[in-house]
Amino acid sequence: MSFQRKDLLGIEDLSPEEIIFILDTAKSFREILERPIKMVPTLRGKTVVNLFFEPSTRTRLSFELAEKRLNADALSFSSVGSSVAKGETLLDTAKNILAMKVDCFVLRHVSPGAPHLLARELDVSVINAGDGAHEHPTQALLDLYTIRERKGRVEGLKMAIVGDITNSRVARSNIWGMGKLGAEVRVCGPPTLIPPDIERMGVKVFYSPEEALEGVDVIMMLRIQKERQKGSLPPSLNEYKEFFSLTEERLDLAHEDALVMHPGPVNRGVELPARIADGRKSIILNQVTNGVAVRMAILYLLLGRRR
Amino acid sequence: MELVIQGGRVMDPASGRDEVLDILIQGGRIKKIARDIPGSGKKIIDASGKVVSPGFIDLHTHLRQPGREDEETIETGSRAAARGGFTTICAMPNTEPPIDDPSLVEFVYNEARRCALVQVLPIATISRGRQGEDLSPMGRLKRAGAVGFSDDGDWVTDSNLMRRALEYVKMLNLPLISHCEDKTLTQEGVMNEGYYSTTLGLRGIPKEAEEVAIFRDLVLLGMTESRLHVAHLSTSRGVELVREAKREGLKVTSEVTPHHFTLTHKEVRSFNTNTKMRPPLREEEDVAALGQGLKDGTIDIIATDHAPHTLEEKEVDYVSAPFGIIGLETALGLVIRELVEKGTLSLMEALGKLTVNPARILGMPIGRIEEGAKADLTIFDPEKTWKVEGKEFLSKSTNSAFIGWELPGKVEWTVAGGKVAYQSRK
Repeated sequence: MSFQRKDLLGIEDLSPEEIIFILDTAKSFREILERPIKMVPTLRGKTVVNLFFEPSTRTRLSFELAEKRLNADALSFSSVGSSVAKGETLLDTAKNILAMKVDCFVLRHVSPGAPHLLARELDVSVINAGDGAHEHPTQALLDLYTIRERKGRVEGLKMAIVGDITNSRVARSNIWGMGKLGAEVRVCGPPTLIPPDIERMGVKVFYSPEEALEGVDVIMMLRIQKERQKGSLPPSLNEYKEFFSLTEERLDLAHEDALVMHPGPVNRGVELPARIADGRKSIILNQVTNGVAVRMAILYLLLGRRR
Repeated sequence: MELVIQGGRVMDPASGRDEVLDILIQGGRIKKIARDIPGSGKKIIDASGKVVSPGFIDLHTHLRQPGREDEETIETGSRAAARGGFTTICAMPNTEPPIDDPSLVEFVYNEARRCALVQVLPIATISRGRQGEDLSPMGRLKRAGAVGFSDDGDWVTDSNLMRRALEYVKMLNLPLISHCEDKTLTQEGVMNEGYYSTTLGLRGIPKEAEEVAIFRDLVLLGMTESRLHVAHLSTSRGVELVREAKREGLKVTSEVTPHHFTLTHKEVRSFNTNTKMRPPLREEEDVAALGQGLKDGTIDIIATDHAPHTLEEKEVDYVSAPFGIIGLETALGLVIRELVEKGTLSLMEALGKLTVNPARILGMPIGRIEEGAKADLTIFDPEKTWKVEGKEFLSKSTNSAFIGWELPGKVEWTVAGGKVAYQSRK
């Protein structure tokens, strides 16, 4: 098995073998994070540019750390106060940066397909760090890594993703990834936040968390956005909380060793009470740690070897 | 200058004539149709092995002038039309400013007279400024030369205004063309709502946005006993609603674009912004229903909805890109490839939907090959395939979803008003 891609744009077009290969590669990078000196020279001389056109703390820092720990030169760019405000297009911005001779773009953008546009037009590697509601492949890979680390496998597990499915790229990437590795995926939320025909992605749809959580091994709670498209939210945040937040009673319906995950940032007390977010079943911080290792692996696979 | 078209297979859907004949053109009109018209002393077009059809008529073209001359002009749009075999194109009024005043109708006419290679007919707005609030001065617009009315790009959401518009056009006897889309359902949608909008994370435009609008318009049509033309049908139930209305005897006509009977929402997976248009590309069952609608006559005409946008506008992310693609230069190829070769329509039926049927909706004596008629003729090779190349477009814009496609049906000559408006390079 080898990994021959120029870009990482989504989970949908990865094969199960490629996913496993990335996760296995991440294992060796995960060890580096436990060393006193957390740095290897793998990407010395390579330059990675993090283009973030949407606010992000965790993902951007995680990428920057991954890049630095591989000894790459990491530059970050956020749209606030940049030439984007002067009307420069995404492609032109990227072409200008590329003219300064860089090796890779990590792109976060509000529009689905924005990284695909760069990948198609540019000769360098592009990593999708979240494109609108489409995909967030590195998040799904770190989720898979963490589940595998905890459960030893993904195949045969039952996972419930609860919340705003319509607007969630994390949900989509996890549905593809978990499905490809043989897990059963359930999605749960109010009907206004479940997109049409999602069953065709291989999931079961639930409107009731009591039913969705029955016997599951992994619970992924999604952030409920306080400001979303009009008419698609539940009538109020309190109503949402009453019907969909993860209570102790609901958590008890899951498997006794169930894991609680969240892609962050958590609305503490809304979709997830602090007690559960910080509780013994929560692996939210493990997800964050593993995120650095998984991103190191991806950067290494795309940039570290001669293709 | 006299012109003789020799040896072509003359296909005239209006009369059903289909035989090899010569055509003599004099003073911009068809003087004679017969066997063996001598060509000495006249300009000769050798049409042997080719089809000679009435020039195509597009009821739905965006020429962008005035206001967006960077995307298209009346001149460049007319060149694209000629290359596509169109001798008459109807210019939609959603320009800047919109065509809602007689002086603007006259501007389009004057500009067309100055530089257009084919006949350009202005459509005027239904409402003043396309604001959907007050009727535009339809009578005066007609006197200035408007051939129909449409707020294309927007539906007339105010039901009372639509009712009054339908009533008012009865005294003018011109078509009212409705862009059926309830934008309260469209919201921020950029593609068909369905499986692919779900996987791609793009906001969807439900089919019901079209269907709700068609249904209301048909109810008002029944109430007013007027006539209505439904633009760019895209959904199965939209076709069914029009079919049922026709069965009930309502005076409704409808159109479909080549891209809607060819492509589905699957294409959006490429994130190619030339798959973004309104209405959006729908599903396979819709494409099948559109074919059926064409076959049984529910859909009267094929119109391009030619919508030029600059490379700069389209070379952005999917959400930011404007809606619409160009269509004049690929229409015939797609009609033959998707409808004729797949057996949905005979070539004669297909040509009818590009010629005499739109002429009937306009109420104009064009789109037919007969002695005395205006010499608008399209000569094409139905077998010869050609490759769609971006750089070959005569339109000012190249936002086509079909670049790289091999299409049958090469237009060899377009004769508009007796003059050669286009001749293909050999």
